[in-house]
Amino acid sequence: MSKVETKMSKQTKPTETKKKLNVLIVDDDAINRTLHARIINQIGGVSKTAGNGEEAVILHRDGNASFDLILMDKEMPERDGASATKKLREMKVTSMIIGVTTLADNEEERAAFMEAGLNHCLAKPLSKENLLPLINHLLDA
Amino acid sequence: MDALISQLQRQFRDYTISLYQQDFLDDQFTELKKLQDDGSPDFVAEVLSLFFEDCVKLISNMARALDQTTGAVDFNTVGASVHQLKGSSSSVGAKRVKALCVSFKDFCEAQNFQGCVRCLQQVDIEYKTLKTKLQDLFNLEKQIIQAGGIVPQVDIN
Repeated sequence: MSKVETKMSKQTKPTETKKKLNVLIVDDDAINRTLHARIINQIGGVSKTAGNGEEAVILHRDGNASFDLILMDKEMPERDGASATKKLREMKVTSMIIGVTTLADNEEERAAFMEAGLNHCLAKPLSKENLLPLINHLLDA
Repeated sequence: MDALISQLQRQFRDYTISLYQQDFLDDQFTELKKLQDDGSPDFVAEVLSLFFEDCVKLISNMARALDQTTGAVDFNTVGASVHQLKGSSSSVGAKRVKALCVSFKDFCEAQNFQGCVRCLQQVDIEYKTLKTKLQDLFNLEKQIIQAGGIVPQVDIN
């Protein structure tokens, strides 16, 4: 059990994030976008989606985008997750960015993704059980 | 009426358990069901609809890429489609389809044409079988509700 999960198990588990979050879900797979949007909805947030990293960057280009959290898939066409994350950080985007990897990704691949500017990484499939404590932990930090 | 509801609920319970025991579904399907509530009563059906549309599209892509009559077999396209299908089957808990994609991926990487063709045929059969079985499950749910009953929560473990 991770430190985050251990800390949470000692208290009554919350069902929503500590503040209502505005989330951008970046994934080229429609099923994952639907699933992740539903999870965000169930933990009290609202979400918008982008089909790849390039769309996520374009959304931020005019400087008006304001997301508390970005769920960034790793492998996407046009612009992948690492490239999009790096670009967003260069654009001074300060949103929390959680990278979404697969179990097949090895330590080196995850480390390289983190290096791009992520706050954390989680492996698919995401669930309320693994996402909620992480988000609240990041909000506390 | 109560006897009918009890019978339908029993059938639903047994059928659900059989789908897990026969590896048609895994825990991710259970997670999917948790995301459905009164606010989104058709959520599971919507996600499965996306999955089955994906299956049709990706299997068609793979079949085209494996068509030797049009030239050299495009194992890269086949591999990319298999990767996508593995991802979506994993997301909905379609355990047998996902397992087939693992073997399929190995055959793609080895550029084993016969192996790929066999896997393609098997994936086509498996997703259609799963679709039929889930349709039967949803029909049982509907019958329970129409009879005035509540769809039972089924503990798989």
